[in-house]
Amino acid sequence: MDSNDYAADVVNDWCAGCGDFGILRALEKALAALQLPLHQVAVFGGIGCSGKTPYYLNTNGIHTLHGRVLPFASGAKLANPELTVIAIGGDGDGLAIGAGHFANAGRRNLDITYLLFNNGVYGLTKGQAAPTLRQGEQTKAMPRENILSHLNPIMLALTSGFTWISRGYAYNIKQLQSLIEGAIAHKGSSFLEVLQPCPTYNDLNDKQWYAGTGVTGLSRLYSLQEDDYESCVPEGANKSQQEQKIAQCVIKAQEWGQRIPLGVFYQNPHREEMTVKINQQQNTYQVFPPAKQPLLDKDNRVAIDWQGLCRELVL
Amino acid sequence: MSDSNFNSVNLNDKTMKTFAWRMGGPQGGGIDRGALLFARVCAKVGLNVLGRREYHSNIIGRHSYSDVRIGTEAVYAHSASPHLLVCLDAETICRHINVIAPHGCIVYDESDADTELSQLKLLDECLKIHLCDQLQQAGQSFNTAGLLSIASEKVITPVGIPFKALCNRLRDKFDISRSTAERSQNVLAVAISAALLGLPQDLLCNEVEQIFHDKQAVIAANQHAIKIAYDCVQTLKISLPLQLAQLGTEDQERLWINGIQSVALGKLAAGLGMQTYYPISPATDESVYLESHSKFALDNGEDTGPVVLQTEDELAAITMACGGALTGARVATSTSGPGFSLMVEGLGWAGMNEVPIVVSLYQRGGPSTGMPTRTEQGDLQFAIHAGHGEFPRIVIASGDVEECFYDSFRAFNYAERYQLPVIHMLDKNLASTTQTLCRFDTENLRIERGKLFSHEGDDGERQHRFHLTETGISPRLILGKYGQAHWTTGVEHSEWGRVSEDPVIRARMMEKRAQKLKQAAKEIPYTEKLMIFGDKNAALTVISWGSNKGVLVEAAQLLCNQAIAVRIVMVRLLWPFPIAELEQFRKSANPLVVLECNQSGQLNQLLMGNLGRSADHLVLKYNGRPHTLEEVTDSLRRIYTGKAEHTIIHQNIYE
Repeated sequence: MDSNDYAADVVNDWCAGCGDFGILRALEKALAALQLPLHQVAVFGGIGCSGKTPYYLNTNGIHTLHGRVLPFASGAKLANPELTVIAIGGDGDGLAIGAGHFANAGRRNLDITYLLFNNGVYGLTKGQAAPTLRQGEQTKAMPRENILSHLNPIMLALTSGFTWISRGYAYNIKQLQSLIEGAIAHKGSSFLEVLQPCPTYNDLNDKQWYAGTGVTGLSRLYSLQEDDYESCVPEGANKSQQEQKIAQCVIKAQEWGQRIPLGVFYQNPHREEMTVKINQQQNTYQVFPPAKQPLLDKDNRVAIDWQGLCRELVL
Repeated sequence: MSDSNFNSVNLNDKTMKTFAWRMGGPQGGGIDRGALLFARVCAKVGLNVLGRREYHSNIIGRHSYSDVRIGTEAVYAHSASPHLLVCLDAETICRHINVIAPHGCIVYDESDADTELSQLKLLDECLKIHLCDQLQQAGQSFNTAGLLSIASEKVITPVGIPFKALCNRLRDKFDISRSTAERSQNVLAVAISAALLGLPQDLLCNEVEQIFHDKQAVIAANQHAIKIAYDCVQTLKISLPLQLAQLGTEDQERLWINGIQSVALGKLAAGLGMQTYYPISPATDESVYLESHSKFALDNGEDTGPVVLQTEDELAAITMACGGALTGARVATSTSGPGFSLMVEGLGWAGMNEVPIVVSLYQRGGPSTGMPTRTEQGDLQFAIHAGHGEFPRIVIASGDVEECFYDSFRAFNYAERYQLPVIHMLDKNLASTTQTLCRFDTENLRIERGKLFSHEGDDGERQHRFHLTETGISPRLILGKYGQAHWTTGVEHSEWGRVSEDPVIRARMMEKRAQKLKQAAKEIPYTEKLMIFGDKNAALTVISWGSNKGVLVEAAQLLCNQAIAVRIVMVRLLWPFPIAELEQFRKSANPLVVLECNQSGQLNQLLMGNLGRSADHLVLKYNGRPHTLEEVTDSLRRIYTGKAEHTIIHQNIYE
């Protein structure tokens, strides 16, 4: 299958020039590169422009509720770990109404990929400030300056426990594709922030701004990996090596404005993934995850010896 | 306590068919364990047993009590008036002494017999004022001695026990600390009452072993405590004016099971694959129970079992359940009022996307945080209408511990057959009621998975998730199955599951979803909608729902024995509301009584709206406690004699 097989043959109603198009293209290419069967890919969307992404893919597409994309996606993955689960939402979806789910998804370290489309505004409700918009900024539809400070998605992902943390840019499709592939391949909770111009409502961080240079003359966007940044916690790392990986991620996460790093900020493949942890406590889980449990015997009766439980209650 | 001279007491031979026992004390004082011991011993002598707990939202120190009602025949309800009250502290004396049945008995610690009411800081203010008024009128001083003295005038036998001295004897024997010895006070107290009732001592010792299984030191101390208690009663030479009618032996295998366990077993029998939850009283116990019982053998020797997940909140609990259900697993979540409030948006999503999920809703006193550990039926209208917009859901309610099992099982069949959320209504009353039951009859239980999509096409071939059919039920696609890739969305959608604001499609989809509920109303059998008890031809008709079943069934029996014919109609299927089945009662009920455990009469509102007939008498209670047998019997008798007002509100300061 090539990337076109992953694209749904439908009319797309995002605004012309929307960063979402670049992300969608990168997603199609990544899925094609991994040759994932259509029925085994479940793409969950939150609410907002980004949440519509599943409509444009030929995989399973589940359009959920505002802020709840992660628990929906996690429930499906836990019930059927064979699925490749991708959750997609905007910065308002994931960092405001869904922030609690964001933090707790990191705690779980379930093998899902979370793409957060960051454009600094609430597009579909016509341009209000999102949690990533900086204090004092005012995009064109806002009646007043933003008086709230911003949330740092990379930092939040790190403290929440995501074990693969990265950032891409909507119009750097090549890099974004490889980041998506890396996120899907990682066994654990992967977080990928995608910087995305909103040509309709965010007149501050537009395509020209991202493509431009800072005062030093260096291009605003740069790749961490091209800068010899080593994001991965090495096998058998001691405490100080582990702390060093966390510290460098924190430092890089602060960069904004003049220089904005892209690429993988942090990865820790050594923390056990949630389904592995479940199976350690309940060794029947990987053989019979909820979606694969034999429910019926030949008489359509429950297949398990649940009466065994009753024995404990017998007087 | 208008009807305290109660039913099956036969004072001529001083034996009775039912007997109510109550033990109270500070939380953390072993009330629960003590009551369990008493209940098990009663069950072992062949009696039917019903237990219940009342407790504060607190870990240590506040008052709690357990009722154990026993009978030679089935007992369905709890009584407001214990025949034997066991007090582990002075506060218990104050809270319950006035409701002891005539010729009953109070067992208390001698050192609590002279406690000033003013010292009891945790005693509810209204009760304190009430007791002081009572003591003043009786010319007594404001202490427990005064209350005991008033009680003895009501032919109540006081049994003061030197608990401290008895605990000291335990200390001497085992060389244990005072606090360790005092931990056996609950067993001492239970053994005193068991000795007074003539229950066999060795049975208590056996049951102590059952309850404390492998804790040898605890077993030894408690078994000695039992001996001390029996010796003590022998020395006191007291015999109770009221005794049990007969003691036998247990002749059939029975379960000792509460509502929560019953719901959990029903889910397991139904093939539960995953349960999500967020901790909340009183629902949590069910998930914890499932979590600790999640391994089962299959025929082929392999093991399987449900995954139980604690989520970050109830928003996640229900949405994770939805995600799980999409993959074809049987999934449930369990919650109480405040959690259900949060679940509402997820419920709407399940309705819109036709996802089969089961929500076990343990009602508690609301609104807001309300009364976390007290009962209420305040969420009926909420459950039926929860969510914005209009979408189908099925709402069922269990009447007793046994029904909890069958309803919990059936909920999954309804959910999958009609592809919608099912709300199984329970309450704190059912959750904390424990009773002796025969094993569940599973012979006729069948798992029905509903209409599943069977054609397996190519992987690229897409299918209609929301295919339009006559019944409104579409062949269900499973997330992850080959050839079944599909879209689904909480936005209004086409048959493909793609967003659509087309006015024609919108109307069709609204009709499709609504049709499923009509189908359910048509197909669900009568007995799963209504159950009728008492005198089926009686004009005096009580329509009720949920955990009021026990108290109504027993009240109807009692009244029938007194030549007062009562018909009880329990509504089990609350939505779709069984209009056709209830129609016959619209005219034949005379008078029509509606009994509920809430303030506004929510079932009555449903009857009014759907049947155009409302109650002639509304019997309500909203103090956080369930209706008692005495209250219900008395109110129905007053209604029968035409002496009752339209709305009767049950209130009891001693609960």
